[in-house]
Amino acid sequence: MSMQTDDRYNTLEKSMKKLSYEKNALIEVLHSAQETFGYLGIDTLKYIAKRLKLPYSKVYGVATFYNYFRLKPKGRHNVVVCLGTACYIKGSDKILEKIEQRYGIKAGETTSDEALSILTARCFGSCSLAPVIVCDDVIKPKTTLESSTLEIEEMIK
Amino acid sequence: MITSTAELQELANKKREENEKNPREISSERSTPFYTKQRRIVLENEGLIDPDDIEDYIAHGGYMSLFKALDEMTPKEVIEEVKISALRGRGGGGYPTGLKWESVSKVQSLQKYIICNGDEGDPGAFMDRAVMEGDPHRVLEGMAIAGYACGANKGYIYVRAEYPIAVEKLNRAIKQATRLGILGENIAHSGFNFTVEIRLGAGAFVCGEATALIASIEGNRGHPRQKPPHLSDHGLWGQPTVLNNVETLANIAPIIKNGGAWFRAIGTENSSGTKVFALTGHIKNTGLVEVPMGTTLRELIFDIGGGVEEGRKFKAIQSGGPSGGCIPEHLLDLQVDYESLKSAGSIMGSGGLIVIDESSNMVEIARFFMDFCRSESCGKCTPCRVGTTELTLLLDKFIKKEATKSDFELLKEMCNMVKSTSLCGLGQTAPNPVLSTIKYFEDEYLAGIKND
Ligand SMILES: Cc1cc2nc3c(=O)[nH]c(=O)nc-3n(C[C@H](O)[C@H](O)[C@H](O)COP(=O)(O)O)c2cc1C
Ligand code: SF4
Ligand code: FES
Repeated sequence: MSMQTDDRYNTLEKSMKKLSYEKNALIEVLHSAQETFGYLGIDTLKYIAKRLKLPYSKVYGVATFYNYFRLKPKGRHNVVVCLGTACYIKGSDKILEKIEQRYGIKAGETTSDEALSILTARCFGSCSLAPVIVCDDVIKPKTTLESSTLEIEEMIK
Repeated sequence: MITSTAELQELANKKREENEKNPREISSERSTPFYTKQRRIVLENEGLIDPDDIEDYIAHGGYMSLFKALDEMTPKEVIEEVKISALRGRGGGGYPTGLKWESVSKVQSLQKYIICNGDEGDPGAFMDRAVMEGDPHRVLEGMAIAGYACGANKGYIYVRAEYPIAVEKLNRAIKQATRLGILGENIAHSGFNFTVEIRLGAGAFVCGEATALIASIEGNRGHPRQKPPHLSDHGLWGQPTVLNNVETLANIAPIIKNGGAWFRAIGTENSSGTKVFALTGHIKNTGLVEVPMGTTLRELIFDIGGGVEEGRKFKAIQSGGPSGGCIPEHLLDLQVDYESLKSAGSIMGSGGLIVIDESSNMVEIARFFMDFCRSESCGKCTPCRVGTTELTLLLDKFIKKEATKSDFELLKEMCNMVKSTSLCGLGQTAPNPVLSTIKYFEDEYLAGIKND
């Protein structure tokens, strides 16, 4: 599909226009691009560089500096394990380990059938519910080794 | 449009009558010790008002302080009141807010900025999230008063992207306040203009640091820079800038309403007012608690927090996040204020309090924080970039019980080196969790040294 016919590029173009193609709105543009595409692919980053008249190295540098931006596509479902202090103290590192083993991939990776990505986060601000995992944007409070995999099975089935 | 105190009062009265007709249920939990030991200023509206409705905020006295400042006070008098209150920054540094405002107010410039730091980087803390989501107008009111006091007409709120609901509530609040003319041009016919915009963070802990945050708003990687120049001279886009934490700003409206002396009378000699803490970890009652400064750790953990869960034994409490330290049991009668925590080898930080029971190993906890700093180091300066990596590897040796005696000396030496030679607060404080656990739990390190 060419960029001109891909609707998502129209959406991105509109959001850049709204920000008046300001160079200093780069992070806002990256946010809306990630929202539109689900991740920031190299083509998308190059396109943004061209439209904002910024060097590609700058756009790439900013996109890779911040943890929130993903340069690889996510699976159809995703589980985010919180590794913030409150969750860590309650054993979230062990939960992550178990999930990684169960699906045979590491945090940041996607299963080969693209069904599931495992991600990690620093804190959702839901620390009184620790340890939390987030299944497709739904917070699962007070998870255990057992409940975490059950939640994931439920999500991807 | 609301253009005078009288109109604001009228709207408040009307809404109050409406509320009386449809009273909202107030949770009966408020009479348990968890609540009765608290003193709520920052969180006074939490759960009581509808954050989506500006009229509800106004019915609870909202925006009265802003109108009072605009109607009755000069910018200098506002700053004087904040100085009298002795309010100190709640973002971690504890710098007196009045002095910060004063230095910006004295700089001559056509353009100045107020920035609200809503990055809440300490993983395990969620005070600022609660304020932004539960009482967003309070933040806007604090910012507008700061703008009036310092001569700034533009504000930014830097919110972490992991808080989408906070962003939504703040956006709605800004729209509603703008519609009523409480933000915008010539507010209450005073000639004062003030607008607020939101900027999203993108998941970098270092962006909570003042100069990195500004780099991020300007669309760059969040690399801190050397200070001076300070933000008061050279902040956002090179202009004089005040940066305050969410909770700091949430204290402003009550201070203007009740007076600086009222605030000064709460808390301790050097730390006035209350502090919101996020109680988490191995503790029965988790959640946000707001108490006067000077409350002891024992009261916080046992009276309010209900003690350690499942009858296990208390071991330590961690305060100050990745820049803080662990405080052992024999210091539980310590009063919580900036100086006391510092003297115990920790810091107030933003207010995360994590209770740790006997099942945890302190070296592993120190490693957890070090690894966090390692992965969040921006990489600009060598002591922090390389030092935090080396320190993580060293701590691993202790955890695997493969360390030598000289590793222990090296660990301490390297901690002090990273502390004293790093460029910004991240590196300067990264060794704190290690140093404080060595201080109080040295035997757990010694247990990691192999005997040969
Ligand atoms: C590495 C690092 C991270 C920080 N993170 C935050 C943060 O998340 N929120 C915050 O308010 N202050 C944070 N600070 C402190 C800010 O730099 C700054 O001192 C504070 O926002 C000033 O506001 P205050 O005077 O109202 O506390 C951080 C500092 C450092 C060095
Ligand atoms: S101390 Fe660490 S975070 Fe701060 S500037 Fe140096 S490398 Fe970056
Ligand atoms: S530490 Fe996991 S939600 Fe805060």
